[in-house]
Amino acid sequence: MNWEIKTVAMFASEALREGYLGAAGYIILGVVAIAGFLAVLGMVLIYAERKVAGHFQCRLGPMRVGWHGVLQTVADTIKLFLKEDIVPFQADKVLHILAPLFTLLGTLLVLAVVPFSPGMQVADVNIGVVYVTAVGGFGVLGILLGGWSSNNKWSLVGAMRAGAQIISYEVSATLALLVVVLFSGSLKLSDIILSQEQGWWIWRAPVVGLVGFVIFFIASTAEINRTPFDLPEGESELTAGFHTEYSGMRFAFFFLAEFINMFIISAIAATLYLGGWMPFHIGGLDGFNAVMDLLPPGAWFAGKTSFLIFVLMWFRWTFPRLRVDQLMRLEWKILLPIGFVNLIAAAFMVMFGWYYGN
Amino acid sequence: MMDYFLVLPFIILAGLFVFGGLAASFLLAPNRPNAVKNATYECGESTIGSSWVQFNVGYYLFALLFLVFDVEAAFLYPWAVVFRDVGMAGLIEGLIFIFVLLIGLVYAWRKGALEWV
Repeated sequence: MNWEIKTVAMFASEALREGYLGAAGYIILGVVAIAGFLAVLGMVLIYAERKVAGHFQCRLGPMRVGWHGVLQTVADTIKLFLKEDIVPFQADKVLHILAPLFTLLGTLLVLAVVPFSPGMQVADVNIGVVYVTAVGGFGVLGILLGGWSSNNKWSLVGAMRAGAQIISYEVSATLALLVVVLFSGSLKLSDIILSQEQGWWIWRAPVVGLVGFVIFFIASTAEINRTPFDLPEGESELTAGFHTEYSGMRFAFFFLAEFINMFIISAIAATLYLGGWMPFHIGGLDGFNAVMDLLPPGAWFAGKTSFLIFVLMWFRWTFPRLRVDQLMRLEWKILLPIGFVNLIAAAFMVMFGWYYGN
Repeated sequence: MMDYFLVLPFIILAGLFVFGGLAASFLLAPNRPNAVKNATYECGESTIGSSWVQFNVGYYLFALLFLVFDVEAAFLYPWAVVFRDVGMAGLIEGLIFIFVLLIGLVYAWRKGALEWV
């Protein structure tokens, strides 16, 4: 099957030959689409998180507002709008207000390159993988600033932990990303997906792909401060960590960024290791592949991403929180050496063609 | 070029999102600060001193190590992209590079820099 990649950026550059107005129209369309998607996604994920948590604990979760509580997040959003926005007298006011902006900026910019389906992507930058890691690293700035500017001891300890944790796990995540870059030979996200037409890298690169996927998923979970790596927030020891002093709308931004981050790491993991929007193909079996193509690519992407988000929620109710020393040991003494060995193994496999569908 | 240019509207969008939200809550929400409410939160105790003091950051060594391994990643990205074209020479040079890095990691490990104190 021939996949034709279309992005909003392509439409905009074509329209630019006619005049500026058409190009601006496409850009505004892309931005508005992402903004709408973002707001809906945030609400759906918070509702899903609460429902999943409820059922894991043999509860029902939210049930009162609307059918099975579907309007619960809408009500919560209205409540957050109406809450007083408190800036402590002792805080650094400018940085305190700017911090959520930085965190949200990082997550929003990553959304610009997520490939939803062959015809749905805002921009397809040629260094997609580097872009994702670079821009995604922006979030830690907001967390550090927010924690420091609050002038609160809980916030400061939480922010310091967050900084150490996020930069540590970024190393492992990068090493795992490099495995896929080695196999596909490109940094462009659409090229990486097209390189998985004969099969997803998680099984086409035997063992190496699976190990890379697991390392990437663990490291990313730590990077977005999800349980079991939620030490920066650790409500039982640090009240709320770096966002202790935040209330109302600016707390909502931190919260929204956290949930959007969940979507982003699931989407990126799905794109790199599970083929993104590429249907499940086995090289050589044309009949089987044709049957798989019946499902639209967007549905494949949504399915894989939702499954990974569910796994993240599953983690939360399965693993207890780590201690700081365990956290650092896991990264520097376990994940990092395995990541290096994995990368070397991947280099040999690419060089001598020891993978399926070569 | 257009791909990178599209990042700019997204920066503006994030700004609008945050400032729009702040403006809406500024108009809708009450704003009645008082000395107790806007005091630094410490579970009901009154705070002693500022948090902006000098303290021993135990994460300092990890930050240094991170610097080494993150710069390494910047070198390995282009290596991974052109790996197939360069061939055997690329494999050997990449192995030497990673080996030198691993020596650094082993050194830090033996010196106890990876221990949490």
